Amino acid sequence: MALSKTEVLAGLAEIVNDETGIATEAVQLDKSFTDDLDIDSISMMTIVVNAEDKFGVKIPDEEVKNLITVDDAVSFITNAQ
Amino acid sequence: MSQPTLNQYTPVKFSRIYSLGAARGDLTVTNDDIAGPIDSSDEWIRQRTGIITRRRASESLSLMDMAVSASLEAIQNAGIDASEIGAVLFSTITHPHQTPSAAALLADKIGANPAPAFDISAACAGYCYGIAQADALVRSGMAQYVLVVGGEKLSDFIDPTDRTISFLLGDGAGAAIVGPSETPGISPTVWGSDGSHWDAVGMTASLLELRDGTAAWPTLRQEGLTVFKWAVWEMVKVAKKALEVAGITADDLSALVTHQANIRIIDELAKQLAVPDHVVIARDIIYTGNTSAASVPLAMHALLKSGEVKSGGLALEIGFGAGLAFGAQVVVLP
Repeated sequence: MALSKTEVLAGLAEIVNDETGIATEAVQLDKSFTDDLDIDSISMMTIVVNAEDKFGVKIPDEEVKNLITVDDAVSFITNAQ
Repeated sequence: MSQPTLNQYTPVKFSRIYSLGAARGDLTVTNDDIAGPIDSSDEWIRQRTGIITRRRASESLSLMDMAVSASLEAIQNAGIDASEIGAVLFSTITHPHQTPSAAALLADKIGANPAPAFDISAACAGYCYGIAQADALVRSGMAQYVLVVGGEKLSDFIDPTDRTISFLLGDGAGAAIVGPSETPGISPTVWGSDGSHWDAVGMTASLLELRDGTAAWPTLRQEGLTVFKWAVWEMVKVAKKALEVAGITADDLSALVTHQANIRIIDELAKQLAVPDHVVIARDIIYTGNTSAASVPLAMHALLKSGEVKSGGLALEIGFGAGLAFGAQVVVLP
């Protein structure tokens, strides 16, 4: 069964925490990965691969640059399920 | 009249690496030295690559000079005479002549003439490709000793304003002598290629475009994130397969010697591979930079020289890069 946006956000926050040490509660939908969370492109790719694995979705490399905010990523994963 | 029976080579059972040799560029280039044209900083480069300095060769130090130096050290440490070398394999992408090969000139310069000699074009996987071929040549009985060299003068093919790869790159050469052994010293190689990502790492233009005036001097470029993803998650599968076919587990290793592409790739690969704490992870990139085909032998040579690993231990070596091409094997440290 497909996960809700809230569930995807919670799962994604755990992945971000594991990769960067950023507290899960800081990973909010309106946050920018780069500007607010200070996540660099290599960490972002690691998060993407772990998200693909966790949620069973495919996030094309060319799509990663469009995932500016946490909401972008959560929406993409939710729709791709 | 009956047809005569042909002679064929008499195989030997096992092979091993006898020795290594190393030569690095004579210049130490700091991050501050190169940060300006890419609008970057020492901190940014360290954080994203792990590199503090890279070694580059001055104008007067050629790729061949470094290859000769590394080869002579390996020959001396192997305790053989250069005339006993039965093949010279030179892995490089920066030999500045389409033909003849760098290997033939190297063979002559080190006293191995008339050994068969040829270049290998497998970029950062090239040294592991060379070890695979040397292992096969020795075990088949085709050559008693094989010289494998991975060498690059990448600084001839960089663009100071390129933010994708140029700032990572260094110059150097690593050499190994492979020969017959009474016990297994080189595991089966897991190697391959994926030309569907042919454009992921390579040159900005072809020589024909340069000739026609439609392109400037070709330099190296990469699609960094695509390569990072492949280098970690696909290479983890290759590394696991290499351990499996070697008949060992990561717990049996003394060292993990990956291509020194980027510290983030090295560390993530080690993490995904779940190597135990006692396994020494080669991080020669920090002070040498990424030297493509030279990086695996240079890193292994450094670990042995510093005493961080001992002769006789097992090392998983894995090279990966442009092609895309990859090769991995477990070796007994010389």
